[in-house]
Amino acid sequence: MNIARISYRTLLKTFNSPKSYINKYNYLGTSFSNHGSAVPLSTTKLRLKDEKVKLTFILHDGKRLETEANVGDTLLDVVVNNDLNIEGYGACEGTLTCSTCHVILKKKDYDKLPEEACEEERDMLDLAYGLTDTSRLGCQITLTKDMDGLEVTVPETINDARS
Amino acid sequence: MNFIKLVSIRNFSSSRNIPRVCIVGAGPAGFYAAMHITKNLPAVNVDIIEKLPVPFGLIRYGVAPDHPEVKNVINQFTKVAQQPNVNFYGNVTLGKDIRISQLRQHYDAVLLTYGAEEDKTLGIENEEADNIVAARRFVGWYNGLPSDKDLKIDLSGDTAAILGQGNVALDVARILLTPINELKSTDITDHALNALAESKIKEVYLIGRRGPLQVAFTIKELREQLKLSNCQTVWRNQDFEGVENMINDLPRPRKRLTELMLKSLNEYKSIPIHNDNKLFKPIFFRAPKKILVNSHKKITGIDLICNELQGNKLEEQKCVATANTEILNCSLAFRSIGYKCVKADDEIVFNSNGLVENSKGIVDNNSNTLAKLYVAGWLGTGPIGVILHTMGNAFQVAKVMCDDLKNKDCFTDKGGFEEIKKNYIKNSSPIVNWEGWERIDKYEIEQGKLRNKPREKVCSIEKMIDIAII
Repeated sequence: MNIARISYRTLLKTFNSPKSYINKYNYLGTSFSNHGSAVPLSTTKLRLKDEKVKLTFILHDGKRLETEANVGDTLLDVVVNNDLNIEGYGACEGTLTCSTCHVILKKKDYDKLPEEACEEERDMLDLAYGLTDTSRLGCQITLTKDMDGLEVTVPETINDARS
Repeated sequence: MNFIKLVSIRNFSSSRNIPRVCIVGAGPAGFYAAMHITKNLPAVNVDIIEKLPVPFGLIRYGVAPDHPEVKNVINQFTKVAQQPNVNFYGNVTLGKDIRISQLRQHYDAVLLTYGAEEDKTLGIENEEADNIVAARRFVGWYNGLPSDKDLKIDLSGDTAAILGQGNVALDVARILLTPINELKSTDITDHALNALAESKIKEVYLIGRRGPLQVAFTIKELREQLKLSNCQTVWRNQDFEGVENMINDLPRPRKRLTELMLKSLNEYKSIPIHNDNKLFKPIFFRAPKKILVNSHKKITGIDLICNELQGNKLEEQKCVATANTEILNCSLAFRSIGYKCVKADDEIVFNSNGLVENSKGIVDNNSNTLAKLYVAGWLGTGPIGVILHTMGNAFQVAKVMCDDLKNKDCFTDKGGFEEIKKNYIKNSSPIVNWEGWERIDKYEIEQGKLRNKPREKVCSIEKMIDIAII
């Protein structure tokens, strides 16, 4: 049931949001300096989907949401598929048009990510509250086997200056 | 699991000990607040009332038709509305059908989220001349807002000027400059598509009174504009004097935005202008002084005051008018300098900024007999920011509401919408519930299919009601 749902989502994503795939492709095309970390193609993702990793979301109030996630899923997939209670997360459903899936990584994890943020991701991050040097959008982080035990912080979505 | 949850809610609602919350305005602020409240209170009834027969506010009527991804948030809002303890009551107008004091009498908490629906005016000579269009109305027109469907706009000239440099201004520019074939597959209304297909507009100016370092638009929207097919961007070199020296000290978002403008400026210098291309021309340091008109009172141009920045430090710089002026010839102009809130009900008190005065969303807490009044979204924060900012504010205010309601242990004598309907709005036009909206939604999608569009919006309130009420 769960697997069926995931592959359906992956499929949907392939058809509905070519944008993120194009961005990844662009990234491959423009930055040869980073060729050591190959970006997985979608076929790789499907093959690896039965592999699981542990993942923890730390909310701004300190609450920890620990979950098991499929390799090949994005952090946004994990939140949606596991019905994690993170309010408002992923408003645009992974199409790089909002920054509600903003997460902050530890420096060492951030540096290890196989893909750097593309321009469009940075554009959206620029609108996020509490932007840090290790901020990413959860919809753009695809889990790999070596991310087992990853912890990410979900910052608060409000800026007190506005209230 | 879901079934158990549902049953427990039903059980609760049969006792009267469950708080009733009324949210006025079914836009993003209202839905995000409803999302937080229903998630964080174990038992609650939330009624969302809306002036239009249809929900989603600016997601439906503000977000540009070529930004369908942004509208995906409707899926989250739909889940909120489909919960058994949430009701949608469309075609109910605050200030006309019901008063705030009546809502406060029949609910335990009332939240105002009806936004900012008017546009700010410039206050200059001939502003009411023919073919000066409020950007807000143009947006409403191409998005099918019933009150804007008959907007008069003449697109037969070759030059348009947009006064303002925010994201709405960029939306207007992009819709005017996008090749018509690319708009055909969006949910832009047929009347707008037909008019734009005949448009002769070739040049669009985007006029700001301040400089490149102060623009209000965001980087995503600019990048999109710069990438538009069959369109070239023409900057004024002199507007960028000294900008390059400042960028290293800017915070990251402003820095990246400025870098993108500089990059485009340098590209434009090296690429010759193609005759077939449309032109996007941002100009800075110009403020409108008056609209120039012909004998028919139709716009022929804008008299612009030349501004300059004074002060050394960026944050202290002020824009000051000089004695110089410049005339820009154009046959169409848009006013896009921001929205303002309206007093839907004369019981509402505005502060000097034209917003509902509040402290962490609490507006009025001084009555023993009436429910607490709250405000969230643009009506309380001012009409700025993207959906994320509205979301954050709505969650914050909703949290305050939840805390207040949790601290109150007894809820009695509140009749909610049933009481409102019985006492006040029984004779006015029909109320459209969520099922009614679903019928409109289905109809629009069907109509869209016939035209190879995601939907064709119904633009008449009467027709919406006809479809919704069976």
